Amino acid sequence: MERVPVLKIGDILLVSIQIDMSDQTAVTLQEDLAERIVATGCHGVIIDITALDIVDSFVGRMLSTIASISKVLDAETVVVGMRPAVAITLVELGLSLNGIRTALNVERGMELIAATRDDDLGYDDTPGDVESATAATSP
Amino acid sequence: MTAGVDLGGPQTQAIGSDEDVVRVRQLVRTVAVAVKLSLVDQTKLVTAASELARNTLIYGGGGTAEVTVVEDGRRRGVRIVFADSGPGIVDLGLALTDGYTTGGGLGLGLSGSRRLVDDFDIQTAPGEGTRITITKWSR
Repeated sequence: MERVPVLKIGDILLVSIQIDMSDQTAVTLQEDLAERIVATGCHGVIIDITALDIVDSFVGRMLSTIASISKVLDAETVVVGMRPAVAITLVELGLSLNGIRTALNVERGMELIAATRDDDLGYDDTPGDVESATAATSP
Repeated sequence: MTAGVDLGGPQTQAIGSDEDVVRVRQLVRTVAVAVKLSLVDQTKLVTAASELARNTLIYGGGGTAEVTVVEDGRRRGVRIVFADSGPGIVDLGLALTDGYTTGGGLGLGLSGSRRLVDDFDIQTAPGEGTRITITKWSR
């Protein structure tokens, strides 16, 4: 079985899918990524699908799952480089790619992750949540 | 990839594993390019073939995909027959509904691939396997 390499670039893991993946390869990639996120502490994952000439429901589901897994592990996932014909086909197939953020290319994907990270680290959001959380734990 | 495509006779690919689903995609892509389907139509056809080949493997317990170039006088097209001798489909109406699945997938394989092709025919009965014929025509 072929394996898709996961590269670490700074605080980001970059996956560029260059092969026609079997379903097993896709599942393995999902597991490899989860392990690498934890091992490296990276906060961003970019999946480059420029070379993919189709995304079917299985690969679509894999992309959604990777996004969900990385969210739980405190990392943002951005899918970049989707071909126009792939986008048209995905929509017609009925796949919504739930929870997936997209960007046109790797560079914009990195900008998106950096911007999201800045927002998340800001102190201006919902102090009310902190109070209610404290109230809930106090005797 | 094989050298040259014989547009005459049908080409058959057995579907018995994950890797065979990849081979079906590659065969369909080669033939779709040879009959000069547009890029979007190639993408739709290969995506539909990927969904149906996976169904043949998972639900039908394996089978075959037969790819043929067809002509109706004005235009050419690609016809693919997916055949298995699995359990068949009990409730076809339900199976063709978006989101319905018995296999833990997204339930888009049958319903979605029907939207991606021009002609879609399905013959099935409980205990008698399933035979799905799809055609995509050049425009």
